[in-house]
Amino acid sequence: MSRRVVITGMGVVAPNAVGLDAYEQALRDGISGIRHIPILDELKFGCRVAGVPQGVDEVAEQYFDEDELLAMNSSHRFGCVAAVDAWTDAGFERPEHDDDRVNWDAGAVIGTGIGGIDTIGERVVPMVDGGRVRRLGSTMVEQVMGSGVSARVSGLLALGNQVTANSSACSTGTEAIIEGAGRIRAGLADRMLCGGTEGASHYIWAGFDSMRVLCRNHNDEPEKASRPLSASAGGFVPGSGAGILHLESLESAEARGARVYAEVLGGALNCGGHRSGGSMTAPNPVSVRRVIAQAIADAEIDREEIDLINGHLTATGADPNEVAAWADALDATPETFPVINSTKSMIGHGLGAAGALESVACILMLRGGFAHPSLNCEDVHPKIEPWAASIPHGTREMPGLRTIIKSGFGFGDVNACVIFRCWAE
Amino acid sequence: MARDETFGKVMEIIGRYAKNKDAIDGATEDTNILEDLKVNSARLVDVILDFEDEFDIEVDDEDADAVNTVGDAVTLIEAKLA
Repeated sequence: MSRRVVITGMGVVAPNAVGLDAYEQALRDGISGIRHIPILDELKFGCRVAGVPQGVDEVAEQYFDEDELLAMNSSHRFGCVAAVDAWTDAGFERPEHDDDRVNWDAGAVIGTGIGGIDTIGERVVPMVDGGRVRRLGSTMVEQVMGSGVSARVSGLLALGNQVTANSSACSTGTEAIIEGAGRIRAGLADRMLCGGTEGASHYIWAGFDSMRVLCRNHNDEPEKASRPLSASAGGFVPGSGAGILHLESLESAEARGARVYAEVLGGALNCGGHRSGGSMTAPNPVSVRRVIAQAIADAEIDREEIDLINGHLTATGADPNEVAAWADALDATPETFPVINSTKSMIGHGLGAAGALESVACILMLRGGFAHPSLNCEDVHPKIEPWAASIPHGTREMPGLRTIIKSGFGFGDVNACVIFRCWAE
Repeated sequence: MARDETFGKVMEIIGRYAKNKDAIDGATEDTNILEDLKVNSARLVDVILDFEDEFDIEVDDEDADAVNTVGDAVTLIEAKLA
């Protein structure tokens, strides 16, 4: 059984905008969501800028009960706001607490890269070490367990199909979409809320800072700090937020007359096995090329049909390797190379949420017929120079835009690649 | 502290966790915290911790387990404060 899978709703909590309309406008206008974070000065981080969604607590207070909010750290708030928005955007009402009906055919795959480490850092460790275990209360487990957000969402929306959380580092959000689409394709669910969420916390970012993989030389000009594809890329800028896609079988969408944004044509997941130069932190170039080819095969399209690449492109030394992999996998010359952009140039690297935040951007671009700018790469990296004409520095209108390929590569040498196509009745 | 003042503070705390907001206004000392106010049973732990903070008392597990109604909570707190 293989059913077609379409996207019928979306929710987004991004550093540069909360909500779909605001996000699309921010993408079109090239608005950076990267800001100076004062506590990172105080704590002597090398990187003192980050992408943190603004105004989310106010939204969460409208959406959720007081007792729910007491058990929701930043990752929960971002993820649950995005999930509720995706659900209502798809045309469904939020169920009442005392309504016992369960949506048996609707589930969720909502991943996270790091999880509730802010709760661990702020509450669990200091209180346990201080001999105050009994003072932790009942809300710790649900905030630190990997499946905490998907669990909360299932209660908010009475989901009754598979409800789980995936985790594959920076490919998490993209992987969640592929996993959920697979479940619908196989006929095991009609609707799946899929994506990722990542909290905003210095405890999340600290390890990356110590690895020296974060940008350290633009602390005074935050909006210029995230520089994918550029010669001056000096590491990624940590981001946070959530993106959730409401995936649905085409037959379910048609049966209820749902508005369809786009189709998930296909996707692929793999791992490089830490071979051929791959490692915990670097991708095996063979597996990167392979996952792209597998996604194209799964989508049953010709590689020439791809109009836009929304890359993983983080602003580390891996960007030139990624672009070379795209060129190889697509067998493209500088003349035939698709448009390529990095959403991270605006919102930073949302880690477990990255693939989901960026997939929402892809769907908005498909729907609106545009490529958002890739910021801060006027000085294109020398190794990327041959493909420089494919990089939009301002919004590029693309009325013929039909097909976007999106990748996510994560620590552990894991890769995800998904292909979206615009929906035309 | 007057008993009705304690009742008011207790209800303010429990109200945060109550799923049945409609039942808050009409609550009396006989109101059952789980059944009438629809507080999630796991959250009783947090209710007790909030009592400890609000009234500067310590409530052991045995005492906490005996709290079923709002009145049970008020009585417990009054006894601790006495």
